[in-house]
Amino acid sequence: MAFLDKHKKIETNATLLLVLSFLVVAIGGLVEIVPLFYLKNTIETVKGMRPYTPLELTGRMIYVREGCYLCHSQMIRPMRDEVERYGHYSLAAESMYDHPAQWGSERQGPDLARVGGRYSDHWHVDHLTNPQSVVPQSIMPKYGFLSENMIDGKYIEDLMKTNREVGVPYTDDELTNAKADFAAQDNPDADASGLQKRYGDKVNVRNFDGKPGVSEMDALIAYLQVLGTMVDFSTFIPDKTR
Amino acid sequence: MSDKKPQGKGKQVETTGHVWDGIEELNNPLPKWWLYTFYLCIIFALGYTVFYPAWPLIHGETPGILGYSTRGAVEADIKAFAAQNAPLETKLVAMDMTKVKDDPALLQYANSAGAAVFRTNCIQCHGAGAQGIMSGGYPNLLDDDWLHGGTISAIYTTIQHGVRSPTDPNTRPAPAMPAWGETLKPDEITDVVQFVMKISGQTFDAAKADAGAKVFADNCAACHGDAGKGNPDMGAPNLTDAIWLYGGDLATVTETVTKGRAGVMPAWADRLSDADIRSVALYVHGLGGGQ
Repeated sequence: MAFLDKHKKIETNATLLLVLSFLVVAIGGLVEIVPLFYLKNTIETVKGMRPYTPLELTGRMIYVREGCYLCHSQMIRPMRDEVERYGHYSLAAESMYDHPAQWGSERQGPDLARVGGRYSDHWHVDHLTNPQSVVPQSIMPKYGFLSENMIDGKYIEDLMKTNREVGVPYTDDELTNAKADFAAQDNPDADASGLQKRYGDKVNVRNFDGKPGVSEMDALIAYLQVLGTMVDFSTFIPDKTR
Repeated sequence: MSDKKPQGKGKQVETTGHVWDGIEELNNPLPKWWLYTFYLCIIFALGYTVFYPAWPLIHGETPGILGYSTRGAVEADIKAFAAQNAPLETKLVAMDMTKVKDDPALLQYANSAGAAVFRTNCIQCHGAGAQGIMSGGYPNLLDDDWLHGGTISAIYTTIQHGVRSPTDPNTRPAPAMPAWGETLKPDEITDVVQFVMKISGQTFDAAKADAGAKVFADNCAACHGDAGKGNPDMGAPNLTDAIWLYGGDLATVTETVTKGRAGVMPAWADRLSDADIRSVALYVHGLGGGQ
């Protein structure tokens, strides 16, 4: 094996070593990553997915800011015990508008991928304010201060623009009406027809925390209540090859 | 480049030819056990790609001769368990729920399944012992005071469709208790609260309670009944007993009247199977307060 004796040449030539290392790594990348972009069964399209509404998107930012993902996953694995406890296993498409995805890797608390609709809004307020009041053995910290932080969606349009840059298909119409939609979703008396036209009839429109004004509590609960509820699994037929 | 160096008892070992400060790098052969394990690993990996999905091609990937898929595996796993329970579950779904108590094997199954469903889905609001949480208005399921009826079928319907569920059109049609603070005068609220104190057998101010009787008849009786005995069709609580949803002390009753109440229970028909809902209905009914 004469060519193996030439390794001295590579080891003493940093540029050559770099180029050849890159080639080797590139082969691994090509084989493992490139097929994900064209293989049909890795790009599953599902009905029902829509971008988050302005209020939900804001709630999502609060979720990220408070580091909820450090203790809660959003990824129901395809295993019987998880499906029994949390519901249908998560699909890749359900995270398609998440930048970054909140899959998490820790479960100090339960998985939240399908927490939407599982509890009443009132329960979420009670639980976020004082988790131990409803789940005595809980180790979750208290987030009551979210009720006091009032928000007005000042930067919501910028936030949605940023999301559009990374691939969330917000339309110009949605961007122009961002602030109006932001306020409308938390107000059951407001005209929500525009919001529903843009994001679908299933959008939850109600005063989430039961208090006047839009607080971070409202936004976070709006986000939690939509988690895992977009895809209608009664019509979903899983691609068996996955 | 390389040359032989004496090593151990008269053995000659190649060097790699690398020398640093007079220290030469020996080129000892790899231990045989390590080398063969390494080759075995390569053979195993190749075999793995034959049996399991592996190589990406143009239109898909090689499926592997075992035909394994994660989704297929979990589906098969769930099916296997469902098949084990199928005889009992079919019977449970077909049977009149009031008759289940006459079938010990089925009752035992429903109770264990119901307890498991309860622990997973219900304790967050109703408490681990089904005792409810009064501070949040989550009903106690152990007593015989039922907002929406305590028969097995009433409990079953409540679990299926929830109460004031925003997502279920067949949800319990319970009108929210209005915030009377917006329509009644402060005096009227004080009076009607004293009236509620009276009919619930607590200490009360007689004069105010008498004035409150009229306020009650005009505003509250439509849901709570003329005598304040409640109405399960509207989810209106009985106000004459010692069982309270949010609390029966003066301050809490005043708060309830002033701000109104509208507890929400999610609908479970989309999340749980019919057999699961029947099991948990039987379990809750059997906790002590079932009618």
